[in-house]
Amino acid sequence: MQTALLIEQILNGLQFGVMLFLMAAGLTLIFGVMGLINLAHGSLYMIGAFACATVAAATGSFWLGLVASLAAAAAAGAIVEVTVIRRLYDRDHLDQVLATFALILIFSEGTRWVFGSFPLYLDIPPLLRGALPLPGGGAYPAYRLAIIGVGIAVAVGLYLLISRTRLGMRIRAGESDREMIAALGVDIRTLYTVVFALGAALAGLAGALVGALQSVQVGMGEPVLILAFVVIVIGGIGSIKGALVGAVLVGVIDTLGRFLLPVAFATFMDASSAAGIGAALASMLIYVFMALVLAIRPQGLFSAQG
Amino acid sequence: MMGNPRETILNLALVLLLAAIPLVATGMGEPFYVTLATRMAILALAAVGLNFLLGLGGLVSFGHAAFFGIGGYVAGIAATHAFNAEPLLFGLPGTNQMIVIWLAAVLLCGLAALAIGVISLRTSGVYFIMITLAFAQMIYYFAISWPAYGGEDGLSIYVRNGFPGVNTLNGLHFFYLCFGLLLAALAVFSVLRNSRFGAALEASRQNQQRLAAVGIAPFRVKLVAFAISGMITGLAGALFADLNRFVSPSMLSWHMSGELIVLIILGGTGRLFGPVAGAMVYVLFEFYLGGVTERWQFFLGLILLGVVLFARGGVVGLIAGKARHG
Amino acid sequence: MRKFLAAGVIALSTSVAGGAFAEPVKIGMITTLSGGGAGLGVDVRDGFMLALKQAGNSEVELIVEDDARKPELAVQIADKMIQSDKVDILTGIIWSNLAMAVVPNAVNQGTFYLSPNAGPSALAGANCNKNYFNVAWQNDNLHEAAGAYAAEAGYKKVFIMAPNYPAGTDALTGFKRFYEGDLANEVYTKLGQTDYAAEIAQIRASGADAVFFFLPGGMGIAFMKQYAQSGVELPLVGPAFSFSQDILGAVGDAAIGVKNTSQWSKDIDNDTNKAFVETFQAEYGRLPSLYASQGFDTANLILSAAAKADVKDQDAFRAALKEADFSSTRGDFAFASNHHPIQDIYVREVIKEGDTLTNKIVGVALEDHQDAYAAECKM
Repeated sequence: MQTALLIEQILNGLQFGVMLFLMAAGLTLIFGVMGLINLAHGSLYMIGAFACATVAAATGSFWLGLVASLAAAAAAGAIVEVTVIRRLYDRDHLDQVLATFALILIFSEGTRWVFGSFPLYLDIPPLLRGALPLPGGGAYPAYRLAIIGVGIAVAVGLYLLISRTRLGMRIRAGESDREMIAALGVDIRTLYTVVFALGAALAGLAGALVGALQSVQVGMGEPVLILAFVVIVIGGIGSIKGALVGAVLVGVIDTLGRFLLPVAFATFMDASSAAGIGAALASMLIYVFMALVLAIRPQGLFSAQG
Repeated sequence: MMGNPRETILNLALVLLLAAIPLVATGMGEPFYVTLATRMAILALAAVGLNFLLGLGGLVSFGHAAFFGIGGYVAGIAATHAFNAEPLLFGLPGTNQMIVIWLAAVLLCGLAALAIGVISLRTSGVYFIMITLAFAQMIYYFAISWPAYGGEDGLSIYVRNGFPGVNTLNGLHFFYLCFGLLLAALAVFSVLRNSRFGAALEASRQNQQRLAAVGIAPFRVKLVAFAISGMITGLAGALFADLNRFVSPSMLSWHMSGELIVLIILGGTGRLFGPVAGAMVYVLFEFYLGGVTERWQFFLGLILLGVVLFARGGVVGLIAGKARHG
Repeated sequence: MRKFLAAGVIALSTSVAGGAFAEPVKIGMITTLSGGGAGLGVDVRDGFMLALKQAGNSEVELIVEDDARKPELAVQIADKMIQSDKVDILTGIIWSNLAMAVVPNAVNQGTFYLSPNAGPSALAGANCNKNYFNVAWQNDNLHEAAGAYAAEAGYKKVFIMAPNYPAGTDALTGFKRFYEGDLANEVYTKLGQTDYAAEIAQIRASGADAVFFFLPGGMGIAFMKQYAQSGVELPLVGPAFSFSQDILGAVGDAAIGVKNTSQWSKDIDNDTNKAFVETFQAEYGRLPSLYASQGFDTANLILSAAAKADVKDQDAFRAALKEADFSSTRGDFAFASNHHPIQDIYVREVIKEGDTLTNKIVGVALEDHQDAYAAECKM
């Protein structure tokens, strides 16, 4: 049974990591191509969840909701890019931090204005209900396995997009030399809008997928946002591969830390204090890990900028 | 260095205005506005600390709430031990003397800043923003889950700490105490900016190689700046705890770090009096909008966005024109 | 300056003529109306305003401001309301950490504070205050009732879980105070955590026969949904916070059948409660939650005291509050020596009425229950 528990926890860590990857991929893509640090990425995640919950409630179909979440987040991303973000590309990080911080306030309170103060309902689709048996006697929810699948599919899709398509070629060119691609006649403004909308759509997708597992409410994006930043910093900003590795590392370390630290402390202190202290340290663990990684590799594990 | 004359006049006006608000308020029998002015002064002090790093060194710390909170907890913990007459550490008693608390807060924040700085300053740009955030989050979660000093519930200071010759329970007296420290910090900022050290710090943001070539180690300059910056913000944290008679992990949260950055940009990055202008405007916005509508955060967001997009020099820049240096 | 700033105050004076008080009463409400936890503040406020509206008394003035769930901001608003608006009574705070920031300060300045939601143990015990009244519950109460219920239901090995913060440790302590069996495990989660896969895996592996959890707000919604999908089928027990009317809709059918403990339920059989549920629904178009009932009771308590005594005569007003001479939605309600409630705590079960998820009472967990800290309160 203990092995089964460990397998289940590793799967949990993997699933959590994959979810973080969906957030981090958009964030790192936007940073890599446009050099923009976007704190409002969590708001796009929230918009995806709200769109999915609203459409699913109206039509009764989770899948339509999922489509809506992609569309809504991409649209919101494109609108924000054209109206606000575009003006920030040649600013320093400080201005970007403040402007996108302001966007968080606007999105959060705007959403509450439209949808009210109470959390919305979003359930997972009937097809993916229930749990599948694991070798060794455990069981694992089908929906979470599906999330892992989606994450892998997105990772592969992004890889193909960037390495095999014209858009990907332009993105790669944008990462290495901005003046150059403008000179080559690529419409850089449209390219930036598309990349931003793509990142937003990924965040919206993550929000919808996770919204079905958690609660759809205002402010849901902020904890994930900070974790996503931890992920891309560990992985190396601008690197999709780094985001994937960082996300899985963070997911597994966080999950196993929560599970193992209290057990470890219980070997030499009473159960109640061990639970408290173990949990306290577990909540700090990924930040400690991040500090360690940056102390050794200041540019993260796979830096895109060399 | 002489700033432009309009900026000098504006600075003078800001100081006089801030100093006058509590007097007028007391005269009109409105003690609350003394509290509000004290809040402005303390937040301005915290932002002066950050401005040192951010405005001069170009280092965007997104984790200054760590120092603000540590300072606050020093005041809270010392006062609690003094109140309950329990020894604090190694048989040392707690204290309710502000001078001792300030020294302890400044010292502890300096040490914490050195430790955080040694690791963080190896990185730059976005990495630096994020690693400072990570350290602040680490301390935040520690404070929330460590039960000894109240955890998330925080810690109440039942009687405001004392200062020799001043009745700190009197709002006006406490205000001028904070105001005096703010002026002192501004003086320190001004002196350091015009010193060799300040020049080295400003040079370090522009050209590290050249700095190294003339025999100054940019890393050490930045580390010292980081420590000084943390110390000033920590001092403000201790005052803030005494103002609210309360300290809690929310002083350590990333929203607090964000707010400190907001104050600076709102006022004008790198300007001597930017943090003062920023804190005054921000506190007034927060207070005024909060009373008008429960959607105040929405409008606050719009205003901040407007400032970043259309008023790049902040309040000071808007009124006094472009910065002379830079 | 005064005029300029006074414009920033939302004054909601009720207008219909009613019984005259000796002196007009000015009430300041500081509550959470923005951000993730706003639903609770909105319900407390709406319940409170409904009571004022029904009383139709023109001599009550209510000022409402949003604390955005920030302790520092709550302190600032409290100072403003006390020093500038000169309110007689403060109320409205939802969260224990905000209450700890505001209450000691407010009552030391000679203002009454009536808590419509939070009841941290520090304020019930050694640091109780004559001007502080709790109209909801002491924080441990509902968890104690859950422990009593678990013991009565014959559970022998319960898995208990709460977030790692003071209210969380209080919850588990409260549960253990009345629960008699063994613990399968005791787990503290991160505050604000929304993924419980790791904890559910531990529950599955623990060999427990029931699960007690305290996860307020979004944390509880997330846990319930994930638990329902996990294939683990152990019975759940919890305090009402994860099954209150404001969030049941978001939890969905996953909540059906879960037993939870509450001092209030919409089917408590008395006239006040029936009228409250009906009028609340008519006024706001939704069912009230326990938070709304607490806001409603708080307002009625104030009105009952104001009818008897002048609010400026603090001793008389305090005595009038202490009598708790109002008809509560909870039926019997009295204050203990530490100004915290003595009340019945019920066991409810989540059911579906038509399309709406709600609760019905299935038993009484603790009768005339009083908190464990009253003895430490020297008043």
